[in-house]
Amino acid sequence: MGRKLLLEKAHVPGIRSYEVYRREGGYASVEKAFKHMSPDLVTEEVKKSGLRGRGGAGFPTGMKWSFLAKPEGVPRYLVCNADESEPGTFKDRYLMEFIPHLLIEGLIVASYALGSNRTYIYIRGEYAWIVDILEQAIAEANANGWLGKNIMGTGFDCQIYVQRGAGAYICGEETALIESLEGKRGNPRIKPPFPAVKGLWDCPTVVNNVETLAAVVPIINLGGEEYAKIGIGKSTGTKLISACGNINKPGVFEIDMTISVEEFIYSEEYCGGIPNGKKLKACIPGGSSVPILPANLLFKTAKGDTRIMNYESLSDGGFATGTMMGSGGFIVLDEDQCVVRHTLTLARFYRHESCGQCSPCREGTGWMEKILKNIEYGKGKKSDIDLLWDIQRKIEGNTICPLGDAAAWPVAAAIRHFRDEFEWHVDNPVESQSRNFGLAHYADPRPVPVTA
Amino acid sequence: MAEEKKLFKVTIDNITIEVEPGTSILNAARMIGGDVAPPAMCYYSKLKGSGGKCRTCLVEVAAGSTADPRPMPKLVASCRTNVMDGMVVKNITSERVIDARNGVVEFLLLNHPLDCPICDQAGECHLQDLSYDHGKEGTRYEFNRRTFKKHDLGPYIQLHMTRCILCYRCVFTADQLTNKRVHGVLDRGDHAEIATYIEKSLDNDFIGNVIDVCPVGALTDKTFRFKNRVWFLKPVDAHRDCPKCSGKVTLWNRGDEVFRVTARKDQWGEVEDWICNECRFEKKSTNDWVIEGPTKVSRQSVISQGHYEGLKMPKETLVEVLDGRKPRLLMDIHDVSEVNKPTVDLSKIAGPAHSDDFK
Repeated sequence: MGRKLLLEKAHVPGIRSYEVYRREGGYASVEKAFKHMSPDLVTEEVKKSGLRGRGGAGFPTGMKWSFLAKPEGVPRYLVCNADESEPGTFKDRYLMEFIPHLLIEGLIVASYALGSNRTYIYIRGEYAWIVDILEQAIAEANANGWLGKNIMGTGFDCQIYVQRGAGAYICGEETALIESLEGKRGNPRIKPPFPAVKGLWDCPTVVNNVETLAAVVPIINLGGEEYAKIGIGKSTGTKLISACGNINKPGVFEIDMTISVEEFIYSEEYCGGIPNGKKLKACIPGGSSVPILPANLLFKTAKGDTRIMNYESLSDGGFATGTMMGSGGFIVLDEDQCVVRHTLTLARFYRHESCGQCSPCREGTGWMEKILKNIEYGKGKKSDIDLLWDIQRKIEGNTICPLGDAAAWPVAAAIRHFRDEFEWHVDNPVESQSRNFGLAHYADPRPVPVTA
Repeated sequence: MAEEKKLFKVTIDNITIEVEPGTSILNAARMIGGDVAPPAMCYYSKLKGSGGKCRTCLVEVAAGSTADPRPMPKLVASCRTNVMDGMVVKNITSERVIDARNGVVEFLLLNHPLDCPICDQAGECHLQDLSYDHGKEGTRYEFNRRTFKKHDLGPYIQLHMTRCILCYRCVFTADQLTNKRVHGVLDRGDHAEIATYIEKSLDNDFIGNVIDVCPVGALTDKTFRFKNRVWFLKPVDAHRDCPKCSGKVTLWNRGDEVFRVTARKDQWGEVEDWICNECRFEKKSTNDWVIEGPTKVSRQSVISQGHYEGLKMPKETLVEVLDGRKPRLLMDIHDVSEVNKPTVDLSKIAGPAHSDDFK
C-alpha cells in the first residue's frame, strides 16, 4: 500500500466544503508557512523536496521558482495550469473536482513564496463545472481570511482568479497559456525570453501544473527532506496517475513511484488487470504524447531490469527502448487493439490542435494524418512507412513549442516498435479491414544483452 | 574617456564578424551577406515581433559562447536568437541545417497551389526563390491541396488564401502601421486563414503595405491584377510630394504607362519606406511623379532580364570622324521631288500609307 499525500482525504464526505477540509487539517501549511517561514525558505523547502513538475516535462519545481526574476516594482505572477487536455490524462480534473481546497491551499503558499499578489488558475474550457467548484472554494477561503488583504497579519495580499480557456490543447503550453490569459490568440511565444523573466503582461511569471501546486501542501506540512524520502532517486514524492484503456479499474491513482509497471497494471489496488483475460499488447505510460511501448519493453527495460513507475525508469533506454513519465496518463492497450488505428487517432488529434504558427507542425501533422488514414483503410504503400518516419523526423525539434515533438513522438515510437503491424496493413489491405494484427510477438521476452 | 562599446565576435560558416550585442544571428549573417545569410520568410526587420514562425532560417549553434561553449541541442531560429560573444554558428556548412531546411521548404509547398503561371507575385516571389535555392525537385505529397472559401478584402487588395504561408507579416503590419487592425488569423492549424471574420474591406490609408510585405502571392494589388508579368515591366525610382507618406516609390512601367506603384525594397526584399494607399493605388500616371532613374535590380532576379540599367546612349561619333566639322546638308529631297510631302504626318494617317495620301 503506497503512501497517499494528495488524495488521502479525497473521500472524506463533504471534503469539498471548507468546514470539512479545515476540520481534516486543511490550511495547516498556510499557517506554518506564514507564521514560521520566509518566502525564500518556502522555495528552499520545495527545492529540498526534489519535487518535479507534474505537467509532463518533469522540470524541478524549486529550481523553476528560483529562476523567477525579481526586479523592484514589477509585479510577479503565479499561474496555475489547469488546461489539462492531453488524451488519457485526467488527474487534475479529479483533484480539482473532489478536493479543490487542496489546490487553493497550495496556491496560497506558492503565491507567498513567489510574491504573487494576483494568482490565476487557467482552466480548460470543457471543465466548465469545475470552475464553479473552484470559485466556491476561493469564496470560502476569502471569507475565512486565507485570501485577500494582509493575510494572517503578514502584510501579504493575494487574490486568486479563475480564467476559462476556450478548449484548445495548445493553451496548455505555458507561453500559449499566457497569451490566452492576456486575451490574445493562444499562440506559443518564442523562447527566450522565458516566462520567468517576461511572462504574463511582460512580468516575471511562474506557470505550474495543478498537481505540482497541490504537492506544495504536503511538502510544507512534512518538510522538504521528509517528502524527498518518498520515492526513488530523483523521483520524489507521490504522483497521480490517471489510468484508462483496457483495464478493469480505470481511474486516478496516487502512487509513490516505487512500484513496478507490472504491479501497477495487475494489482487489485490499482488497475486490477486486463478485462476478459486478454493479454497486454502495448502501453502509453504518460499521456498521448509520450512514446508507446510494446509489452515486452514495458515490464523490463532493454537491460533486463524491472521497470518502475518513475521518471528515470520509464525513460530508461531513451527513445529507442524507453518512454517517458509525461503527465501520467496511463493508457493500456490489449491484444485486440490496432496500433495503426491508435496512431491515426493521435495524429488526427495533433493535426486538429496544432496552432498553425510554424510550418513543420502545421503542414506535417496534417500530412501524417492523411498517410496514416490511407494505411489504416488499406490504401497504404510500403514507402508510406518510411515517408512517415521522414516527416516526423523533420517536425521533431524544428518547431517553436513542444507540440511538434508531441505529435512526432507517438508516430515515431509506433513505427519503431510496431513496424510489422504497419507492414501487415500495407500487405493485406483487405484482411486488415476485417481483423486486427493481434498480439503477434510483442509480448515475447526480449533477449537480454549479456554484460561482461 | 568614454568607454568603448564591447562588440561580440561571432563566427558564421567560418567567417568571423564583430557585431553589437543584441544583434540576431540572422542580421549578423546578413552583414556578411551572400550565401551565409539564411533565408527568411516570416522575419521582417521593420516589423516588431515578426519572425520565428516559418523555420526556414534555422541554423545550428555549434558553440553557445566563449563563456559557455556547449552547442545548442536543437537548431535555432536565427531571426529570433541573439548572438553571444564567441558564438559559432553553422548555416550552409551544417548537414542538419540543410536537411531541416529541405524539410521546411517541402512543408511550405505542401499545400501551396503552385499556380505561379497565373500568380501576379511570380518573378518576385520569395517562396519561388526559396524553393529554387533550398528545395528538392518534386513533392512526396499525394493528397488534394487545401482550399478555402473566397474572402473579399475590398477594392484594393486581393486575397488568395491558398497561397498563404501564414507568416503573420500582414498582421504585424496592420498592428504597427494602422490604428486599427481589422484582419487577422482565424481558426488554427492547417485550417488557419487570414480574414476579417465578417467581410470587411481593408481601407486604412497604409494598409496597402501588406501587399509589399507578403512574401508570396496571397495578398496582391487588385489594381494590377493580371495586367502584366513583373519581368516585362521596368522598375524606376520616383518620388512625389505626399502629405501622408515619404512619397518614395518604385514605378513599374511599360513604355510610358505606369502599371503599378510599390514601395522601394532593399536587397533582402524589405520595404525601405512605407507608402500610403494614395501613392500606391491612385497615382498611375507618369505626370504624378518625378522620375529619379532606373531601380537597381539584383542580377539573380528575373526582373533584371528586361531592365535597362547600365544601358547607355551610343556616343555621337560623326563630329569626331569629320575632324570637328558638322555634317552639312547637301541636298534636300523636297527641293527636287514631290514625293513624301513633309506636310503629311505619317502617324496621323488611318491605316498604312497609300499613294493617295500624298496626292
